[in-house]
Amino acid sequence: MSLSRREFIKIGAGATAAVGLGSGLVTQWWGLDNNPIPNPNTEGDRIVPTFCELCFWKCGVLAHVKKGPDGQERVVKITGNPDHPLSRGKLCPRGTGGTGLLYDPDRLKQPLVRTKSKRGEDIFEAVSWETALDEVAAKLMKVKEEHGPEALALFSHGFGGSWFKHLLKAMGSKNIAAPSYAQCRGPREVGYWLTFGSGIGSPEAVDAEHARCIVLMGSHLGENMHNTHVQDFSRAIDRGADIIVVDPRYSTAASKARHWLPIKPGTDIALLLAWMHVIITEKRYDADYIQKHAIGFDELKKHVEAKTPEWAYPITGIRPEKIRETARLMAGAAPATLIHPGRRSTWYGDDTQRERGKAILAALLGSWGREGGYLIPSKMSVQPYPDQPYAQTPKAALDRVKEGLYPLADETLASGLCDISVPGEAAMNLKGWIVYGTNLIQSLPDYRKTVKAIQALDFIVTVDVLPAEICGWSDVVLPESTYLERTDDLWNPGYREPFVAMRQQAVEPLYQSKPGWWMAKELANRMGLAAYFPWKDSLEYVRERATRSGLDFDTLQAKGVVKGAVVPTTEEQGLTLSFDTESGKIELYNQTLKNLGFDPIPDYYPVEEPPAGSFRLITGRAPMHTFGRTTNNRFLSECYDENEVWVNADVAKGLGFKNGDRVILVNQDEVRSEPISLRATQRVRGDAVYIVHGYGHTAEGLKFAYKRGASDSLLTTNYKVDPIMGGTGMNVNFVRIEGVA
Amino acid sequence: MTRYAMTMDTRRCVGCNACVYACKQENDLPVGGFRDWITTTTRGVFPDLSSEIRSERCNHCDNAPCVYACPTGASHFNEGGVVLVNHDKCTGCKACIAACPYDARYVHPDGFVDKCTFCLHRSSKGLDPACVSICPTESLAFGDLSDKRSVVRRLLDARNHKTLRPETGAGPNVYFLT
Repeated sequence: MSLSRREFIKIGAGATAAVGLGSGLVTQWWGLDNNPIPNPNTEGDRIVPTFCELCFWKCGVLAHVKKGPDGQERVVKITGNPDHPLSRGKLCPRGTGGTGLLYDPDRLKQPLVRTKSKRGEDIFEAVSWETALDEVAAKLMKVKEEHGPEALALFSHGFGGSWFKHLLKAMGSKNIAAPSYAQCRGPREVGYWLTFGSGIGSPEAVDAEHARCIVLMGSHLGENMHNTHVQDFSRAIDRGADIIVVDPRYSTAASKARHWLPIKPGTDIALLLAWMHVIITEKRYDADYIQKHAIGFDELKKHVEAKTPEWAYPITGIRPEKIRETARLMAGAAPATLIHPGRRSTWYGDDTQRERGKAILAALLGSWGREGGYLIPSKMSVQPYPDQPYAQTPKAALDRVKEGLYPLADETLASGLCDISVPGEAAMNLKGWIVYGTNLIQSLPDYRKTVKAIQALDFIVTVDVLPAEICGWSDVVLPESTYLERTDDLWNPGYREPFVAMRQQAVEPLYQSKPGWWMAKELANRMGLAAYFPWKDSLEYVRERATRSGLDFDTLQAKGVVKGAVVPTTEEQGLTLSFDTESGKIELYNQTLKNLGFDPIPDYYPVEEPPAGSFRLITGRAPMHTFGRTTNNRFLSECYDENEVWVNADVAKGLGFKNGDRVILVNQDEVRSEPISLRATQRVRGDAVYIVHGYGHTAEGLKFAYKRGASDSLLTTNYKVDPIMGGTGMNVNFVRIEGVA
Repeated sequence: MTRYAMTMDTRRCVGCNACVYACKQENDLPVGGFRDWITTTTRGVFPDLSSEIRSERCNHCDNAPCVYACPTGASHFNEGGVVLVNHDKCTGCKACIAACPYDARYVHPDGFVDKCTFCLHRSSKGLDPACVSICPTESLAFGDLSDKRSVVRRLLDARNHKTLRPETGAGPNVYFLT
């Protein structure tokens, strides 16, 4: 039978079937009783448990590896690891989409060195690893010799950055920062730390699952897909929890809410104060909890005395009766009321105070260390290795252009390291940058300043998987293997239950890419720092660490995770609350802030308004993307490949635009976006427009994402720095909308 | 008799598309081919709005119009009432696509029509379909309607629910909990 299926059918069922009737072959083909169950065979030949790197939640995943007809092993499927406490067998779209990163045709394939071109021209010569590493080691040593090790900085975002952090510390520099602090969760960390003596950290240990009321202020769970939080949020909805969402936009979370408060952007502190006013004047706070654990209640009571819902109404646009109703709702469910800590809190430059306002509200409701509120997690201990002490490490990072700036920052500021690299701004400039896994052109505000800093450097090397914009500005680009191609360090976060997870290699590295541990070790060897990397490879390293820590390494490899004993995380479970503040209590009134000249209790100050004809640019997430990191991922882009600008439908009509029109956003500094579609919707206020962050790449090497969508990063030329901790408030850019001719 | 069905909780779903991607990967679907998808409908005028988010797919109807429209017998009822397309018998004539009230089918680049199988290669072994298994909001559930203890039966007994386009008489077996 040489006919193909299609030829066979073309001949015509009648004739052929008549001829072949009873021949066996044809009845088997056509027989109604023989419809096999199709099996796509994607289970794989072996399954490797590891953890995800598509975002920074680090869910446990199972990589299904299958040998292809060409003999090459491929990851054909990624599923959730049921044993892992953060994924519990479930994944968000990005977890599945790791294959889209692994098999991205635009990946960096070999080491690149800039030889003939100017910095920023994005023209490179492909070289051998030997040549590239010799060059990097020589240039880093030169900076170190000429300016001292403190002139070196590492920007690092991603779990694989640990090897380079170790390398930089071994070289004698403490200038290590991630944009995830000053550009993201930093104000929240400081706001909560000033109140409870402890930041929130990541992953945020909160008990949404058992909350009877959840308050989301600007957090858009469901579009922000931190897996465990979304799982818990959904379980809370299923249990009938009341959701209150404060957001200028009708987010997915808002659509699940009993109350959506479409607040005027920049006025959240006024709403928080009015909520406190209602809860205190109506005596709905947790009096025993406050009595036992807090100081400064009388000052707080006096402070919010005049902050009535009627006072807040013209500021926030939220009706007084709505403010009262929501305050009573959250008090009624307390202490199982979760004022969700959210994540990116760098909005207006007053962010530490707003986050402190959230913390104080949570304290009044008695939900810190309580079931349905904030958990107090503990970690499993993992012993350090190697034992080689760091030599000559300076006391502090050089991330402030002047002494005394941002006095309460508790991590290094990525924006600060950038500032101090710009000539003329500080007594001493940084001269060499190592950039690991963070596209600084998009992740720091005002790319013009970032470029200015880069142009003044002696040397910049970037380690990345994809040719993001920052690669084009580098002297040397080192192609890293993706997380599925490498074994990294152990991870022991604090969460509901303590655990240690292991990232292990699923397939061989593609192209000439190499894992970060190998690069760091090779560089160390070339710089006389071999003693800091005494192991053969990362597998040997993690085995040694696990053994020293008394962890069962076989289980760790087989399951991807080892769990520790469950310990109490709430008062209900028997935990005794303690607070690592100055006073040892929850500080509703904070003397440290007062001493430094800041408000000891948050107060409301108006933020700058958009000029007539302009709109405040607000940004957020699409559930299948992690910033600009995944917008080139063709697999994940199948459901969302370009951002659109949400404009209030009535406003759009007034401007003469209709749904789907192509428009350009132009900001206050006349920076123009790529054209994008306008989404005319009732789901956003009239004074703000919204786009998903991470689009509008300008790096040509990202062939799929190049010029696709509008870049909020490029439009973020303005930012307002939080004087308390140096966070860069970025919701202070205004755009007007122009039609595309 | 076994009657496989799915429930989809519109209250819990956040429309993240995890089901869509998991399906694509599990079933090795081509670029542009989808067996499930998300719909979001929003009603009202600012600020009085409501939304419904659904994860949709083939309804594996009791009286599947696609099966009756198929001239070659490719579309057929398989185990548990699951409607499948036998790719080897399909000519790509698209009669089923025209007949389907739910627009659940697409033409595979290799020439046949393709759609959701309820992951029968998994579900026939007692595993959940890939979309159900991955769903971070646990919005999806799968099981046997004829089994009183099955999760789908219990959800349908307990919760308000609806099907899409019941007026067509197709008898859909994907239920939306509201």
